[in-house]
Amino acid sequence: MQETHASQVRPPFYRDERVLGIFSQFLVVFVVVGLGLFFYSNMITGLREKHSVAISFSFLGQAAGFDIGESLIEYSRERTYLRAFVVGLLNTFQVAFLGIIFATALGIVIGVMRLSTNFLVSRIAAIYIDIFRNIPLLVLLIFWAQAVFLKMPRVAEAIVLPGPIFLSNRGIAIPWGIPTESWGTFLIVLGAGVVLGAAVAWFLREQGKRTGRMPLITLWFLVTVAAVGLVGWIVLPQPMTLDQPFLEGFNTQGGKVLSQQFMALLSGLIIYTAAFIAEVVRAGIQSVSKGQREAATSLGLNPAQTLRLIIFPQALRVIIPPLTSQYLNLTKNSSLAIAIGYPDLFAVAGNTILNQTGREIEMFTMIMGTYLSLSLLTSLLMNIYNRRIRLVER
Amino acid sequence: MKSMRKLNKAGMILSMVIGMIIAACMSPAAGPEVVESDEAAAPAMQEVQSTLSIVQERGKLVCIGNAQLPGFGFLDSEGNFSGFDVDYCRAIAAAIFGDANALEVRPATAKERFTILSSGEGDVIIRNTTWTMSRDTDLGMNFGPTTFYDGQGLMVRKESGVATLQDLQGASVCVVTGTTTELNLADQFAAAGVDYEAVVFEDFDQSFNAYDEGRCDAVTTDKSSLVSRQTTLTVPGDHVIINVTLSKEPLGPAVRHGDDQWFDIVNWVVYSTMLAEEHGITSQNVDSYMDSNDPNIRKLLGLEGDFCAKIGLSNAGCFVDVIKQLGNYAEIYDRNLGPDTVFDLPRGLNSLYTDGGILYAPPIR
Repeated sequence: MQETHASQVRPPFYRDERVLGIFSQFLVVFVVVGLGLFFYSNMITGLREKHSVAISFSFLGQAAGFDIGESLIEYSRERTYLRAFVVGLLNTFQVAFLGIIFATALGIVIGVMRLSTNFLVSRIAAIYIDIFRNIPLLVLLIFWAQAVFLKMPRVAEAIVLPGPIFLSNRGIAIPWGIPTESWGTFLIVLGAGVVLGAAVAWFLREQGKRTGRMPLITLWFLVTVAAVGLVGWIVLPQPMTLDQPFLEGFNTQGGKVLSQQFMALLSGLIIYTAAFIAEVVRAGIQSVSKGQREAATSLGLNPAQTLRLIIFPQALRVIIPPLTSQYLNLTKNSSLAIAIGYPDLFAVAGNTILNQTGREIEMFTMIMGTYLSLSLLTSLLMNIYNRRIRLVER
Repeated sequence: MKSMRKLNKAGMILSMVIGMIIAACMSPAAGPEVVESDEAAAPAMQEVQSTLSIVQERGKLVCIGNAQLPGFGFLDSEGNFSGFDVDYCRAIAAAIFGDANALEVRPATAKERFTILSSGEGDVIIRNTTWTMSRDTDLGMNFGPTTFYDGQGLMVRKESGVATLQDLQGASVCVVTGTTTELNLADQFAAAGVDYEAVVFEDFDQSFNAYDEGRCDAVTTDKSSLVSRQTTLTVPGDHVIINVTLSKEPLGPAVRHGDDQWFDIVNWVVYSTMLAEEHGITSQNVDSYMDSNDPNIRKLLGLEGDFCAKIGLSNAGCFVDVIKQLGNYAEIYDRNLGPDTVFDLPRGLNSLYTDGGILYAPPIR
């Protein structure tokens, strides 16, 4: 009875929990937005009255005037500041992308090694983790740049590996393919191979469901794509020619040069982040209850199968969220490139462009916005993946 | 309870939406008003205290300088700043306070120096700073008389046999960012039609280390800095500065826009050292000129005309203090860069106009 009584006689609005709840939230939003506006207008006024500066992004259209050592897209000094910004962004993107892939691979290997029953293997992994997790990344990067890659032989005395691959303190020059006219056709053929491979995979999966014996679907998929690709490669008139590096004048010419700065940055990021990923992987694997492993063993799965089919899929649920943080860290840490001379986003935009234009607020807004977008994008992709692999609970 | 939570959630979303709308409505209104109102800055300026009175109240000059460039601005292991630029900081302090040591050198990187000045953290930049039009205008700087006419040069290994820009086809060039150097390099190599790889570092130490290790075939910066830095390479004798000048680099003091009196002080302190050299007045013999009959000398030494008062300094012998404590231009130059130093940099353009250089100070009268 009492309950119905309370719901019938509503308290006055200033004591109504719902009204107060909504009101307090309004108040919070109002204060936050108000504070933001206050700081913004304060900044604008301060800039105008003390420094006679107004916020404007029009400088982005002006010619940049400086050269950038390495670029994934065509760039020259006549291009705009915006283009230079994009060059820096792509360089960051490149190093973050490769860094994430290699750090994940290395991290998983070390993490699994850490749990090995073999004393030596698990000790090696533990020592690796303890060393690299506890050295500041900046120190590690400068070590790689100054003590490893800069101490390689000079370019005239470069170590030549078969390929030829030139190792020098300018970087690593490797042979690289140059697409010819038939490259586009080849890509179409390859696309057809992927479609065919997917069809094969689907067929095998259906068959596996019927017979209860799953064949190695991924392997057959890859074999199909490779076979179609090979046929295309033979039939078409040379879709790609090999550009081999050679030494001429001051530097190696041709091929693809992975510069000393790029290699130092990439190595530093991979080795550092892999140590953290290894711990994440270890924690994930250990979170899977012992019974699962025992059950798998009693079903006759061998240790490799147990890890691949039973442990890892369950461990992923625990691994993915902290792994996402590590990916974000790696991307953000790549801004330390400035210390070793790699032209990443921060080095180009936060240093050269900023210095030439003197537009601190605009440039930093752009830089922070870009890193934020990169991080949010990474999180988004990882969250989608996380949702997909989430354990379906009954 | 469940419905209550839902309601709360709805309320939160609603209030956020409203908040955003408020923000969206307010910011465009504020936007156009703010942009393009440079004139509004002028009246606000006058209320600001003059730089001279700030410096006098503080009891010392804060000079934005370099700590990494021997000969110009260098912080030694005992924590003392020395160098050509630092001596000009000291000269300004001497003129204002009669004491060259009433000075704090605020070391700054190339990138941050202008921000430090315009935010009022320092009073003047004397930090091998090139006078350029965009710095003079966009960045709101006023550049005083050029104290050192420099030019950007290139240092290469002797064994490479490089003598001209064209010889550097395909080379890697180490460069320090945050300066006009990057632009000059790009401009000159483009003009010469030479392809090169720019390896950009944030500071001098790294750039020269990379060059020393052979990462680059050449390193570029102002010639004065090249000379200064050559002494720190592993084998200084293996390197040579080629006879190519990539740019004009007039280095001199810079102050904020908007305080003409302060600008005058900086200008005339620099000029006084040049005028002293012109008249043969040195720190040693300045006293003997105190009974000079030459009106030009009498005005410089504050014996006639009270010119120090015109720049707001009560000390009638403001330039005498500069000359006594720092010496004339030649003394300052020789002490830091001259034949008795490791740099042994020829005066070249930095000679008086009477000696074939381009130092030409306007007269005091």
